[in-house]
Amino acid sequence: MTGPLPLAAQGRPRASIRVDLQAIAEMIEPGSRVLDIGCGDGALLDYLAHEKNVDARGIEISQAGVNACVAQGLSVVQGDADTDLKDYPTRGFDYAILSQTLQATWDPKAVLEHLVRISRRAIVSFPNFGVWHVRLRLLFGGKMPVTGTLTSAWYETPNIHLCTLDDFVDLCRALDVTIEQAMVLDSVGRPKGLQAPGRLANLLGEQGLFVLTRGG
Amino acid sequence: MLGAQAIAQRRRTAQYNCPLGAPPLALCACPPLARASPWRSKRLNPPAAWPMFRPLCSRKPARLAPLALSGIAPLTAHPTLTPLDSAAASFPGKRFVIPASDPLRLDSGIELGPVTVAYQTYGTLNADKSNGILVCHALTGDHFVADRHPVTGKPGWWEAIVGPGKLLDTDRYFIVCANVLGGCMGTTGPKDMDPATGQPYGLAFPVITIGDMVKAQARLIDHLGIGKLFCVIGGSMGGMQVLEWCSAYPERVFAAVPVATSYRHSAQNIAFHEVGRQAIMADPQWNGGAYQAAGTQPQRGLAVARMAAHITYLSETALHRKFGRKLQDRAQLSYGFDADFQVESYLRHQGSTFVDRFDANSYLYITRAMDYFDLQAEHGGSLAAAFEGTKTRFCVVSFTSDWLFPTSESRALVHALNAAAANVSFVEIVSDKGHDAFLLDEPEFHAVLGGFLNGAAEHRGLKFK
Repeated sequence: MTGPLPLAAQGRPRASIRVDLQAIAEMIEPGSRVLDIGCGDGALLDYLAHEKNVDARGIEISQAGVNACVAQGLSVVQGDADTDLKDYPTRGFDYAILSQTLQATWDPKAVLEHLVRISRRAIVSFPNFGVWHVRLRLLFGGKMPVTGTLTSAWYETPNIHLCTLDDFVDLCRALDVTIEQAMVLDSVGRPKGLQAPGRLANLLGEQGLFVLTRGG
Repeated sequence: MLGAQAIAQRRRTAQYNCPLGAPPLALCACPPLARASPWRSKRLNPPAAWPMFRPLCSRKPARLAPLALSGIAPLTAHPTLTPLDSAAASFPGKRFVIPASDPLRLDSGIELGPVTVAYQTYGTLNADKSNGILVCHALTGDHFVADRHPVTGKPGWWEAIVGPGKLLDTDRYFIVCANVLGGCMGTTGPKDMDPATGQPYGLAFPVITIGDMVKAQARLIDHLGIGKLFCVIGGSMGGMQVLEWCSAYPERVFAAVPVATSYRHSAQNIAFHEVGRQAIMADPQWNGGAYQAAGTQPQRGLAVARMAAHITYLSETALHRKFGRKLQDRAQLSYGFDADFQVESYLRHQGSTFVDRFDANSYLYITRAMDYFDLQAEHGGSLAAAFEGTKTRFCVVSFTSDWLFPTSESRALVHALNAAAANVSFVEIVSDKGHDAFLLDEPEFHAVLGGFLNGAAEHRGLKFK
């Protein structure tokens, strides 16, 4: 193919990012240090680095994803949230982001503890298994739900530790983790104006987005 | 005595470019060596007794001779060939002298000076001296990164990525590469004259370390007026130097690319090096290291060392793909010890061409330096401590089929860099070409390297036309 590169490939201006990532990006203070765990193709990191002048680092489990990120000039290592967070120093980052990944880890409890250890604020998002239509599908269909946020059949899903928003809130309490901010999002990641956490949020929210911290 | 040109002439038929020295397997056509010089050994004749832990050297190893490397027999036609002795001083490239009045203080405690550092530069240093890239070469590499090699006549060992418009773009960057301390291509090493005796150093040359090599490079970088290098990059032993730079001079390295390397030399790698050293010392021509004075050259020993090492630079898959069990210029087995197999012929060729461009004692000293390298031990057992507070941007690269410096070692390095809160990228490139992959055409490696350098240049504020 000849001719000029598409705008996005030239580096600037940055193409807009996914709605749910945008919601996360808006929580990040400019100039801060950020670790994005499960950074995928690096879209959020790239956005943060260029639009918010953030010292942006990433961990990605897929080597192809890592290589693509580094080839864009992003600082990304191949690694696994379950095994590699322990290496990072305490409070090494202002923010640790775990977007749509917690439910796919082996040990969400340990991962959550590391997140609040290595960062001042952890930003965690995950699909809500308590949303009304998931409950209905299980109740009336009798099968594991496949939805807009839970897209794979039970035998091939990477999601091995699904939870509801209330389950997650319970875990935070048990770990003495403070929920600074909580939002519920619709299936594409747009914030819903619901009080969260709360019973209605747990029933109507497709996804939860939490900002966590541990005092001290 | 043969000058460089004559040697180049003699070697013109060789088809390989052996930087590390490892030739791109992909390019290799099986060498004509076996044809040109049939191997005539009649029977296996192992040495009766092998002394174990001292140099298998000088006095009575003659029984080894019929067995060892008959495949490189033509070299015995030049038993006193010392190409590097005479030629190194006249090799092209630049020279910088560390004076005896301000000598290098080696890790061993010895002060060494004067020391000549042979180096090469490409591109132009910008006004604020912020675009300098130091390339560190591997064990048997040299500073002819993107120049025709003065002995072999082959292209520079990293010409694939160094040059105008290439990844290490000489239109953008000022690229420096120096022959390492202890080397034999112009930088002071064991074949050079010891000012104290007027004789070649030989084994009187002090044992040097990766740290000492880097100290010499730092003096050169001072001399070039560069405070902070934009990037230090190198593979294998070059990668060790990169890590040493980042640890010893963190404020002088903006970005670092250690490739196919490790923070310490493994037991297995030390073992392979020891095989090579013993092969050299078992050669009667080695003469306790004083072969220059004796007018000999331990070519067979050095060639065996090279053959053994060369295997470690490749992978089983690559060897099998290229050679399999294919026979060399024959339809059936010879029922002898001729080079029946192409892979044998290939290795013999590697050994025989290597001895023309490398000094045996240099090989001893440089392999020793690699063996001694252990950044973790040097920092009280904590590798992260070696990089504490670092501001350098790292890009660590490994290759899937590299069993000499496997990905697990790069991963351990990355974990330590993470623990030091370093800015680090880490990629493992899928390749079946073994350790040598870093020298070869690996598009994904090159894409990653290019992206990393562009990103780093942006952060450094480098502006290019």
